[in-house]
Amino acid sequence: MIRITELTKRFGPLHVLRGLDLEIAAGRVTAILGPNGAGKTTLMKTILGLTRSDGGKILVDGERVSDDPAYRSHIGYMPQIARFPENLTGAELIAMLRDLRGADAAIDDDLIARFRLDDQLRKPLRVLSGGTRQKVNAVLAFLFQPDLLVLDEPTAGLDPVSSGILKDKIGEVRDAGRTVIVTSHVLSELDALADDIVFLVDGQLRYTGSIRDLKRATRQLSLERAIAHVMVAAEGAVA
Amino acid sequence: MNTTTKIVRYELRDVLRSRALIVYALFFFGLTDVLLRFGGGGARAALSLMNVVLLLIPLVAIVFGTIYLYNAREFTELLLAQPVHRRQLFAGQYLGLALSLSAAFVTGLGSALALHAGDDVDHLATLVVVAASGILLTLIFTAFATLIVARVDDKVKGIGIAIGLWLAGTVLYDGLVMLGLMVFADYPLERPALAAMIANPIDLARVLILMRLDVSALMGYTGAVFEKFFGSAGGTALASLALVLWTGVPLLLGARRFQRKDF
Repeated sequence: MIRITELTKRFGPLHVLRGLDLEIAAGRVTAILGPNGAGKTTLMKTILGLTRSDGGKILVDGERVSDDPAYRSHIGYMPQIARFPENLTGAELIAMLRDLRGADAAIDDDLIARFRLDDQLRKPLRVLSGGTRQKVNAVLAFLFQPDLLVLDEPTAGLDPVSSGILKDKIGEVRDAGRTVIVTSHVLSELDALADDIVFLVDGQLRYTGSIRDLKRATRQLSLERAIAHVMVAAEGAVA
Repeated sequence: MNTTTKIVRYELRDVLRSRALIVYALFFFGLTDVLLRFGGGGARAALSLMNVVLLLIPLVAIVFGTIYLYNAREFTELLLAQPVHRRQLFAGQYLGLALSLSAAFVTGLGSALALHAGDDVDHLATLVVVAASGILLTLIFTAFATLIVARVDDKVKGIGIAIGLWLAGTVLYDGLVMLGLMVFADYPLERPALAAMIANPIDLARVLILMRLDVSALMGYTGAVFEKFFGSAGGTALASLALVLWTGVPLLLGARRFQRKDF
């Protein structure tokens, strides 16, 4: 689905991505993990074309990420912070994105019903609570049945019920053969949600593979402990 | 319909509903109405209105523009993750802002004028020139707002630069020109003064309005030179070119930065 070779990115003196080689499999949920500043967000934004890499290339479904935005018609993005034009209603926001994507785009608005958002969509976005805006954010990401979903901290700010609905939805689109990339700080949540992990430290790949393999190799039961094991092992190797 | 038009349509809807913009329109309606009612004739109303327009419109356009665009940063990212070209989004954001600010100003001023349509206002054409200057200044200072937001990531710093630019264009520039005129009072200064007026869009707008009123006679010999210059076809062309450049250059610089920017 996504093939990344030799990806580098600097922000001034900061070397955020240092020659990353990576493959993200289609039809699976891949979690991007790493301490703060490891390059998780930069990696996601580079895939989306929001940030430009200094070197290397990214292929999404064989199409190279470039200035031509056409490849993004297969991507749904859920940013970490849900902030929208204050005086538009949720319904207008949805109409705007549908306009931009073209009338013939297939629609999946099943999350609107599941989140019970119908009434909220008629109000200006400025009066909605943070959690409700995050639900709108999720609706927008899944709206166009994208082949690739990029979700940045999707469950942050959601109540447990809504968070469960969203996780169910992620599982469903995965089972339908679509690819999901997700970041989260809650490792226990990813344990149940993700199939593969990409573990970044200082802009370099520390581990990539399936969660099951990682647990088996480290002989741990939870993802949290398995990751801790990898980190300690790496420090031991340095020392 | 192309992508830019679609973005403009939704942005217009968003901005025109904001409270600040409604207050802005009502302010110009009230001001124009009061000036026409009690100001003593269209010429004096145009003169007073001019002073407010030249001061307030650049300030509102640049400060409202920068604040709006900084607040829209996350939404800008979301739109850029759609199949949308960066230049389409940049153009859409600029046009949406500039059109809604112009619309609010013209609606306020225009409805007050319509209210007094029966009173046989003199110097109606001058009032129209004031309105046109207001629109041009809106286009120019909104362009500067987009440039600032494209270049400066820090919101507080960006708004500071916006206010600084406004101060420089309105207060500081005139002060320096006056100082220069006084220091070199013994020399013929008509041409340098003319150049100084064209080099600042706010002063240029002021001169263009004053030329339509009898007060230009008060400016003595300089006034005569100005009248001759702006009365000629070449002078008008040069003045128009200056206004186009003041909009186009910041927009082009902003668009170039926006094109390469990391979000």
